[in-house]
Amino acid sequence: SVQAHKEEDNPQKTMEVNGLTPVPNSYDYDLIVIGGGSGGLAAAKEAAKYEKKVMVVDFVTPTPQGSSWGLGGTCVNVGCIPKKLMHQAALLGQALQDSRKFGWQFTEEVKHNWMIMTESVQNYIGSLNWGYRVALRDKKVTYENAYGEFVGPHTIKATNKKGIEKLYTAERFIIATGERPRYLGIPGDREYCISSDDLFSLPYCPGKTLVVGASYVALECAGFLAGLGLDVTVMVRSILLRGFDQDMANRIGEYMKEHGVNFIREFVPIKVEQIEEGAPGILKVTAKSTAGDQIIEGEYNTVLLAIGRDPCTRKIGLDKVGVNINEKTGKIPVNDEEQTNVPYIYAIGDILQDKLELTPVAIQAGRLLVRRLYAGATAKCDYVNVPTTVFTPLEYGACGYSEETAVEKFGEENIEVYHSNFWPLEWTVPSRDNNKCYAKIICNIQDNERVIGFHVLGPNAGEVTQGFAAAMKCGLTKEQLDSTVGIHPVCAEV
Amino acid sequence: GKNEYDLLVIGGGSGGLACAKEAAQFGRKVAVMDYVEPSPQGTTWGLGGTCVNVGCIPKKLMHQAALLGSAIKDAQHYGWNISQPVHHTWSVMAQGVQNYVKSLNWGHRVQLQEKKVKYFNVKGSFSDPHTVRGLTKAGKETVVTADNIVIATGGRPKHPMDVAGALEYGITSDDLFWLKESPGKTLPSFILYVSLECAGFLTGIGLDTTVMVRSVPLRGFDQASHISKKNQICFTTQQQMASLVTDHMESYGTKFLKRCFPTKVEKLKSNRLQVTWKNADLDTEETDSFDTVMWAVGRAPDTKTLNLETVGVKTNSETGKIIVDASEATSVPHIYAVGDITEGRPELTPTAIAAGKLLAQRLFGQSSELMDYDNVPTTVFTPLEYGCVGLSEEAAVQRHGSDNIEVYHAYYKPLEFTVAERDATQCYMKMVCLREREQRILGLHFIGPNAGEVIQGFALGIKCGATYPQMMKTVGIHPTCAEEVTKLHITKRSGLDATVTGC
Repeated sequence: SVQAHKEEDNPQKTMEVNGLTPVPNSYDYDLIVIGGGSGGLAAAKEAAKYEKKVMVVDFVTPTPQGSSWGLGGTCVNVGCIPKKLMHQAALLGQALQDSRKFGWQFTEEVKHNWMIMTESVQNYIGSLNWGYRVALRDKKVTYENAYGEFVGPHTIKATNKKGIEKLYTAERFIIATGERPRYLGIPGDREYCISSDDLFSLPYCPGKTLVVGASYVALECAGFLAGLGLDVTVMVRSILLRGFDQDMANRIGEYMKEHGVNFIREFVPIKVEQIEEGAPGILKVTAKSTAGDQIIEGEYNTVLLAIGRDPCTRKIGLDKVGVNINEKTGKIPVNDEEQTNVPYIYAIGDILQDKLELTPVAIQAGRLLVRRLYAGATAKCDYVNVPTTVFTPLEYGACGYSEETAVEKFGEENIEVYHSNFWPLEWTVPSRDNNKCYAKIICNIQDNERVIGFHVLGPNAGEVTQGFAAAMKCGLTKEQLDSTVGIHPVCAEV
Repeated sequence: GKNEYDLLVIGGGSGGLACAKEAAQFGRKVAVMDYVEPSPQGTTWGLGGTCVNVGCIPKKLMHQAALLGSAIKDAQHYGWNISQPVHHTWSVMAQGVQNYVKSLNWGHRVQLQEKKVKYFNVKGSFSDPHTVRGLTKAGKETVVTADNIVIATGGRPKHPMDVAGALEYGITSDDLFWLKESPGKTLPSFILYVSLECAGFLTGIGLDTTVMVRSVPLRGFDQASHISKKNQICFTTQQQMASLVTDHMESYGTKFLKRCFPTKVEKLKSNRLQVTWKNADLDTEETDSFDTVMWAVGRAPDTKTLNLETVGVKTNSETGKIIVDASEATSVPHIYAVGDITEGRPELTPTAIAAGKLLAQRLFGQSSELMDYDNVPTTVFTPLEYGCVGLSEEAAVQRHGSDNIEVYHAYYKPLEFTVAERDATQCYMKMVCLREREQRILGLHFIGPNAGEVIQGFALGIKCGATYPQMMKTVGIHPTCAEEVTKLHITKRSGLDATVTGC
């Protein structure tokens, strides 16, 4: 057995690392949350409301390129927030062009300065990191910037940047460690490629960029990089936006292609070499066709890998406490109350198996979980009809079934798809595409033509989709949709 | 029958055209009369009515021009380097807008032709309940008879009757969108959303704009109190949403002359206009000179020349609007009315279109569905847009009593404003709900960018009887402004700070 000492005021406890001896009666904390991201922080702050003694341990292992960040998790630092801001920067570039047709005059050539944008974005993120630390302090939640891992029942070890280890015990735990970008496992990937973890704080303009992947992360990044004036190529192994409605996915791809993004389809990189050092330097990428033996090469300043994300569950000592994970994916299966197979250990957010990887879902799950634990509530997280938006140059908002899954589940003869192209009024005067924006709803004929799927491709798709998602939660039918008057002139009225 | 047409529609605007085209779908013989009496300044336009020519469409496009002006400023914060100064040229914008409107006029004519609807560019007036006499600009007469007649002649801007020089020297929205040259330093006066929207975009494109308000901006829209920092709830008659909108406009550069009303407009030698007004608060008289004075004092139906008395169609003596029942029928059999000209209906394009279509379906398509005028969503396209659906807070209080309603509200900051360093003080939303168990949502109000896009979907929810718990069960889309609606949880009653803090 191993004796461990802590620096706290608590009486010393003896712990067995092998988990056989009974655990102590009183714990340091009511709740320890491992991971200070969207889900973790929401849960911690909620628990503090019920006067529970809560600790959050959050730690960011630097990327191969050395990038790191503060409290707040993926969304705040390397996800939703910087992504949307850079997307906005690209949209503003388009707005500048439109504005000329609306009578605005300024110099012909307008260039974008990456450093100014990135600095502004990072400053804002810094304010959010700070805000979270203050919020935790105000709510009396203990925060440790340390890497947490289980070492025995009810016990974690927290290792800070300097390598100092501390042990903490809690009655309950919530694992909310999220995910990190996946690497290809090919020569040169970790040395020379960057990921979304690096992009939003890149201290130099990425230049001519190759984006590897066809996830929403890949397309969103490729989209805004192109919008800022960079030469962008996307290398896709097979299909775009796997898991999303494929008709919509293809329309997004078409739009991006027509607006200057190059696509290399059915190829995967097999080697990345550095030709020239620099910030950025020049990289040579060798890729192989998935359909034959063809090999191609290309030179880029930056290679951005966006081929998927892997949960941070393999090195947090789950085996020490017996928490099951899906060995293949690393995800944690939970019941409908976010409980793992170990009764006092819960999990929320991106690491969950078969759940959506979205900030609002993690937040909702975290809050409701805590209310069930400490406030006697019974409400469970409702994962049905969760809306989402992909912030590609032409934005895509969706809620409910894709056309394929609806056909699969209900049968083609039992669903009706209503659809329409539309031309946003704001696009008329600058003569922007008049046949690209598109909306469709999928109805279940057997259930009163209930709207089971909503898809819109156009500006402000997120703002448009949110209300429809609320309506779908209320059981919206086609008849009710038809009888609702539109607001004119807006895109949503279509 | 002995009449030439199954249906004659007088007025080729949103309601009229929708009704005519729908009737034609049923294989009926349909005719449309449309005529634009030139404004006092001589402005006129083509087929399509107010919305297309001098309403929603040009308004939203010029609003967009102003928004793009803000976007140019924002862009610099996001790394775009644009050399100063940046100018706006009215004529480039006006031409772009006018060309688009003309394409719509053309489109409507083509559509009528394709659907075999006969179009007469004549000014109609009743001879008898089934006969309408139409006069062309040149005075040539056409007589049309029809089994059913729908009056959809809409409204035109009013001019103040008690201000000398108002008619000769002032313009209205009828003229603004067709100006070839910049209106320069402008005084749009008064109360309604039209003036605020116009003042908003005029300021946005760089013009020196002042709004003169007699009493209450946005009369008829939401009017409830503003929660004071000292956590008091007071339901006085102070506008809330309206004042947030005008506060934003003021911080944006529009000048307001509150509690003032003009007494005369005179032309100066320089061709500028001198306006004299009374300041009701200070009881003083003041003057200033402007390039343009625009009246936005309300709209009135143009029924004088219709000859309604001849056939006995009853109108409201105060407003002049045509009285109709729930099926859009007037007091005379086989004569109906839709759109802005009808009494007690919202003056909105989509309601006119929907009512027009449903009417045609009832007349010719064996339908019995009536138009539902409840919970019609709408948006005011001021620089900071205001979208709403359902009851205002005041109306809810009046109908149910303040003890029986709960108002959830929040001040939020659009993500895009952060890097752009824009002021989000007036970005605000509130949800008015019944307090009893189910907590049904009575009204939703939102001030912020893209308000129309945000509100539309929620309007559907309210049509489905959405409740507060259902709203809370809806997961938000992140990061958007609309998601804040699904997170509303601070009540006005609690008096707590309603500012949204972080994720």
